[in-house]
Amino acid sequence: MRLTCPLCGPRDRREYSCLGAEDYLNRPGAGAAPEAWDAYLHLRDNPAGRARDLWYHEGGCREWLLVTRSTVTHEVFAVELVAGRSGAAE
Amino acid sequence: MRYSGWRVLAEGLRGNRGWKPAWRDPAPAAEYDAVIVGGGGHGLSTAYYLAKNHGLKRIAVLEKGWLGGGNAGRNTTIVRNTYMMPGNSGFYSFSLKLWEKLESELNYNVMFSQRGLVMLFHSDGQRDAYVRRGNAMINQGDDAVLLDREGLRDLIPYLDYDNARFPIYGALLHPRGGTARHDAVAWGYARAADRRGVDLIQNCEVTGIDIEGGRVRGVQTTRGAIRAGKVGIMVAGRSGQVAAMAGMRLPVESHILQAFVTEGLKPAIDHVISFGMGHFYISQSDKGGLVFGGDLDFHASYAQRGNLPRAEQVMEAAMTLMPVIGRAKVLRSWGGIMDMTPDGSPIIDRTGIDGLYLNCGWNYGGFKATPASGWCMAHLMATGEPHDLARRFRLDRFATGHLIDEEGTGHQHNLH
Repeated sequence: MRLTCPLCGPRDRREYSCLGAEDYLNRPGAGAAPEAWDAYLHLRDNPAGRARDLWYHEGGCREWLLVTRSTVTHEVFAVELVAGRSGAAE
Repeated sequence: MRYSGWRVLAEGLRGNRGWKPAWRDPAPAAEYDAVIVGGGGHGLSTAYYLAKNHGLKRIAVLEKGWLGGGNAGRNTTIVRNTYMMPGNSGFYSFSLKLWEKLESELNYNVMFSQRGLVMLFHSDGQRDAYVRRGNAMINQGDDAVLLDREGLRDLIPYLDYDNARFPIYGALLHPRGGTARHDAVAWGYARAADRRGVDLIQNCEVTGIDIEGGRVRGVQTTRGAIRAGKVGIMVAGRSGQVAAMAGMRLPVESHILQAFVTEGLKPAIDHVISFGMGHFYISQSDKGGLVFGGDLDFHASYAQRGNLPRAEQVMEAAMTLMPVIGRAKVLRSWGGIMDMTPDGSPIIDRTGIDGLYLNCGWNYGGFKATPASGWCMAHLMATGEPHDLARRFRLDRFATGHLIDEEGTGHQHNLH
């Protein structure tokens, strides 16, 4: 499995670490209800098929990436930089 | 059909023409008292204990493929109770006791072999942690023996004790741990459940869950609608999809875990050995293959096959621990889909929908739990109340903070 980093080009899986689902981009506000925090931290759609998750290019440019890929075939559809997106994680 | 030494002899003399299929292949009925979604080890054991312990008559197990074709047939077959957290230790202790009686219970040879499980430690700090774990296991009523380096060397001489980076200081031995033939566990429960009247329905995928007024009424399947007052979901890596049919989002991420087996070798590895530096565990099957595995690939996947970086890492761990393994050829590798929870512990609980029950989140430890999981799930489905041993396996524990964090790593996906 390879991911094409927008900055570095196609690189081996070994250079990346996966944090998890894109839910981590939608951090609740400080005053949010406990249910919102539970959903943010724990509950997942866990799709079989097209999924979007967060990867860190730790062996390369060290950017956070939003990857759209298939969890069934491991096909990668898109890799975007998280930086600059609205609601990007701090 | 009962199995016995006499029967094997008699069939041998008759050319083995008298064996019949071990279970029926019924068409689904229109209605059952209890429907179990998922014909793996946990679903089959649940069906068996529902019939045996609770006397339910009309039970069906619905399996989209074939019985035991998922993680029941994809694990590394290890059975142990090396747990220490309240909630886990009592449950797995009970499971180990069920394992010890399983073959006579089912009249089926599951090849349960208590060859002893050895957990290596590689530093003073890790020894202290294993002493603590061993004491917890002994307090629980199970067995643990601390081996120093020389004691371990007497038992297992071929490890790389003086590895420059990960020298072996000793091990915690769990003598009652071991392995079992994974397929046979599914088949044994299937046959025993069938004999008690359970309908085992294969090639029957659940496509919807019927809910009216907050109560489950049945399921839709590829072989028609089936009414049922009680439905249990036991689909491991596919839990997210089936729960979504009931409008639920679970604290579960499905990840790929790889395993490997070598060509058949003469008996070489007498125990189950787990490396203490890096995730690696190995045993030898009765056919002679060395069966081993490591960590998750660490990205969500339903592919049932893994990526090469993890395979490489597992091979490196094997070579670090026992360089002798370099002479063996790997025959094949495969992957299973693990239903990972944020704290690494399972869920056996009611849902917000009456009559709908959930059993999932086995992470990479579901095989050893097969008997107790079915026992406790059957209790939950029959009585509506959690079994005392599974009371802490709550669906809402992540929201309430009542975690069972065996590894002490926190409640976040991707940490277990």
